[in-house]
Amino acid sequence: MPQRTPLYDVHVRAGARMVEFAGWEMPVQYEGILAEHAAVRERVGLFDVSHMGEVVFRGGRALEALQRLFTNDLARCADGQAQYGCLCREGGGIVDDVVVYRRSGEDLLVCVNAGNRQKDYDWLQGHASGAQVANESDLFAQLALQGPRAAELLQKLTSLRLPSIGTYRFTQGEVAGVESLVARTGYTGEDGFELFAASERAPGLWAALLEEGRALGIAPCGLGARDSLRLEMAYRLYGSDMDDESTPLEAGLAWVVKLDKGEFVGREALVRQKSAGLSRKLVGFVLTEPGIPRHGYAVLQDGKPVGTVTSGTKSPSLGTSIGLAYVPPALAAEGSTFAVDIRGRAVAAKVVKTPFYARKK
Amino acid sequence: MNFPDDLKYTKDHEWCRLKGQRAVVGITDHAQDQLGDIVYVELPEVGDLVKKGEAFGVVESTKAVSELFSPVTGKVVEVNDPLSDAPETINEDPYEEGWMIQVELADPGELQALLDAGGYRKFLEEEVE
Repeated sequence: MPQRTPLYDVHVRAGARMVEFAGWEMPVQYEGILAEHAAVRERVGLFDVSHMGEVVFRGGRALEALQRLFTNDLARCADGQAQYGCLCREGGGIVDDVVVYRRSGEDLLVCVNAGNRQKDYDWLQGHASGAQVANESDLFAQLALQGPRAAELLQKLTSLRLPSIGTYRFTQGEVAGVESLVARTGYTGEDGFELFAASERAPGLWAALLEEGRALGIAPCGLGARDSLRLEMAYRLYGSDMDDESTPLEAGLAWVVKLDKGEFVGREALVRQKSAGLSRKLVGFVLTEPGIPRHGYAVLQDGKPVGTVTSGTKSPSLGTSIGLAYVPPALAAEGSTFAVDIRGRAVAAKVVKTPFYARKK
Repeated sequence: MNFPDDLKYTKDHEWCRLKGQRAVVGITDHAQDQLGDIVYVELPEVGDLVKKGEAFGVVESTKAVSELFSPVTGKVVEVNDPLSDAPETINEDPYEEGWMIQVELADPGELQALLDAGGYRKFLEEEVE
């Protein structure tokens, strides 16, 4: 039996198409993926992402404990700031990629992927080193308001001074009368906010944002647009682009691995892997012939499989077919060419710089 | 949802319109709705043979790939080439501008076995339950 967010009834009543994702019954689309995608790029879109989990570290040892489990460096994350990074196993494999919201050194909220709620909690709890670790996933609803007009819309519903909340910063306050953690974070590449509020307040908050957003052309959005938006930014998706068997170095996330910050779980393995060299790397590519790459398709060199596509779609913003794939390091440089096996056809591809899409100024 | 009375339908959600010795083939309103925004289509070439019940191409939406199954057997005599540049036509007009291929029928009797509009509607209702 799939789980449902506090907004399930709202989605169904509004005619959203529901699908199962990571054990959750979620809207994949409202009006249509392309229309929703365009709304976020051009105006503003609203997503229910309450399936994401929240694990909270508290107490005098909270910061120290989480530092030992997180690849990025929370010493360089101020109170009121958020930081992206990975949780790794001893062997370097990725337990999850998460965003840590540092409310204080004694109170840190870890936002985890829906499919990993229990796994992450068990992992974090099992390595808590004296911190109090609570799985508060069911207490929180999470809404993502994304797009160039998101700030303008949100400002109409809150007395918080939004211009003072920089990218990857957050604060606590009321939105439409609902107490929320208001973070300038997101998964679309556009300016926008993620709001964490009490589950039972979610329907009211959702309705208020849609109502106030109507004049700005807001679109309620499903997971379909969320996926195409994130892929245009080459944001990784856990379970598709990485898993327990891949390391952050392979997944192109070296920028959130701070090997010099001190001891953390997985550090030694990552140091070894870095000095030994990688056997595969996740790269962004475009197809230079017709076709659409999909998760699981083989990467071919001289007709032989040498890698795997992990994500792919036809980019709604660019019109080209884009994807992420694990390839041997020799094929990872920008401009390298290979083929993707699409139903037995070898379709030409070229490695490009990511993100695929650049936000409009 | 629209299912014209002059068409024949398959349980794979293709339709077929008899035009002399030819069958015009496409996907149903229900199929395009289920797929969502169609962004890519791969069709056979003129001269290719297609077989009843076998795949003759694919359509892809933003999220997924779906095979197309031929309702009839025969030689492809015309392909709706403009669809490759404008696959969204299939969403907008599945029964007219969104047609996919025309097949010279090897056995016109094959059409008898297909569903009429009423039968297809009934099939969809049962499928939902």
